[in-house]
Amino acid sequence: MQDHRIRNELLTLAGAGVLFFLLYLSTQYVSDYQIRLLNNAAIFITLAVTYNLINGITGQFSLEPNAFVAIGAYTSALLTLSPAEKEISFIIEPIIWPLSVIQVPFFWSLVAAGIVTAFFGFLMGFPVFRVRGDYLAIVTLGFGEVVRAVANNLQPITNGPLGLKALHNYTNLWWSWGFATITLLFIGRLVASSYGLAMKAVREDEVAAEAMGVNAFRTKLLAFTTSAFFEGVAGGLLAHLITTISPSLFTFFLTFNLLIIIVAGGLGSTTGAVIGALLFSFGGEWLRVVEEPMTVGSLQIPGIPGMRMVVFSIILIFLMIFARNGIMGRREFSWDWLLGRSRLGRLIQGKGR
Amino acid sequence: MNSLLTIEKLTMQFGGLTALSEFFLELTPGELVGLIGPNGAGKTTVFNMVTGNLTPTGGKIVFDGKDITGHKPHKITAAGIARTFQNIRLFGDLTVFENVMVSFHFQIRSSFFGGVLGLPRYRREAKRAHDTAMHLLEEVRLAELAGEKAGGLAYGQQRRLEVARALATQPKLLLLDEPAAGMNPAETEGLMGLIQRIRRDYQLTVLLIEHDMTFVMGICERLKVLDYGLTIAEGPPEEIQNNERVIQAYLGERRVA
Repeated sequence: MQDHRIRNELLTLAGAGVLFFLLYLSTQYVSDYQIRLLNNAAIFITLAVTYNLINGITGQFSLEPNAFVAIGAYTSALLTLSPAEKEISFIIEPIIWPLSVIQVPFFWSLVAAGIVTAFFGFLMGFPVFRVRGDYLAIVTLGFGEVVRAVANNLQPITNGPLGLKALHNYTNLWWSWGFATITLLFIGRLVASSYGLAMKAVREDEVAAEAMGVNAFRTKLLAFTTSAFFEGVAGGLLAHLITTISPSLFTFFLTFNLLIIIVAGGLGSTTGAVIGALLFSFGGEWLRVVEEPMTVGSLQIPGIPGMRMVVFSIILIFLMIFARNGIMGRREFSWDWLLGRSRLGRLIQGKGR
Repeated sequence: MNSLLTIEKLTMQFGGLTALSEFFLELTPGELVGLIGPNGAGKTTVFNMVTGNLTPTGGKIVFDGKDITGHKPHKITAAGIARTFQNIRLFGDLTVFENVMVSFHFQIRSSFFGGVLGLPRYRREAKRAHDTAMHLLEEVRLAELAGEKAGGLAYGQQRRLEVARALATQPKLLLLDEPAAGMNPAETEGLMGLIQRIRRDYQLTVLLIEHDMTFVMGICERLKVLDYGLTIAEGPPEEIQNNERVIQAYLGERRVA
């Protein structure tokens, strides 16, 4: 087997170049609404890829991303609002001291969001990884609810149900896609490294992994904390995209959507998570067609609002019947695979030899 | 004397059931010892306690001068004890090569970020692990299947992969739990050769559980016989073969015609 490391890294770099050129074109020629969709897609790619690290790669079925996104969103939002803005927002109870005077640039608020969320993920890992399987799912689900309840009631910090409003609209295509790219590169390399292999070993057989010297608890905690970091930053990006956050935004539905994305894309495949996130973000728009009034022959069908969700559900059902492992299964995209299949690739490789 | 493994008064009780009581064992470096007995005699329980999968209710296990009783399995592996499983436990969805590579993970000294960013030190370590893994796969004649999914291998190949994977942890003591189970006579013969070869080449001490008597008698230097958690005999194979109590345990009481 030939080693194409350098070639592949150049290709990845070129791919990122193409992506950012396309993004540049979008900022010039595309409507605001579509830009918003693109931003959303990037954030969901980040979330899905990191959620897949725990659920798909490490095989620990957990349901906590809404908690991590909430922690990241609040951390980042509280740090970018100016002291004056915070004073106006917190009408029921004033905000507590250090937060009332701090304001940092957007970039540092995102870094803080990542670190704070990773720290919470790390602490939470100790109790939750004492259990496995269904129990793990329930415990992590509970954690999500706890975070939401705390956000609702810890008024001096979170402003309770009123949430935080009038955040600055900092998140643009460069932030969201830039971070999605970093996440993809990081997670991709992590999965390919010895640490990623240990995570897969824990997924396949925890007892055997331990017998081969893998510290299963530490491996799970590592996946969890890493995932928390990226989801926290994504939460910060999300907060500054929609500019208003409140506890009701971070319900279990967020987690549920992410779960659909990674299962439909292929549990355990980073590529699948990306495809799933893209389909989920844009699919809803494409499906708008079915809500339009239609004329089939002599039959007049008025537009039915909500028809999208029916069709969406049917697609999911078919996916689970005919492609139970999702779109990608556990396969991954790789340059070797792409070039190995295309005629151009064979030509290049022929020369290489 | 300098023993590699010393087990003293090892006892395991599950509720009211005593799976193993007052078990003694002493292994000197380089020995090849067999642990035999009828089903349910407590053999695998001994293995599970030595490797940390079970915490004994009594007694102690000293390995290489250190008390390892009740330690976590991954710590015990790092200390130098490797095992194979009675019912094969490979990482089915990983490739043959990756299965062996997992065993190098705990030996890697590079940090998490070193690994993710592919820093030179990590790359050197990964390269060394790669070469050793391929060498081990050649040793068990699986090198040409390195890219296949482990779950798709034939039974005998899976058993050999388990041995390669255990060897990759660089053990001093190798525990084999019924390595010949389900093998045909030719495969068993091959396995005997393999075990003797790796034992010599890697200076291993081997403790194995096996039901196949040709295998046990052909390869072990010393045997320990368990029945209902009690040690009923020990000694060289020839002696064990003619031991009254052992025959009784295996075949039942001899009827007087």
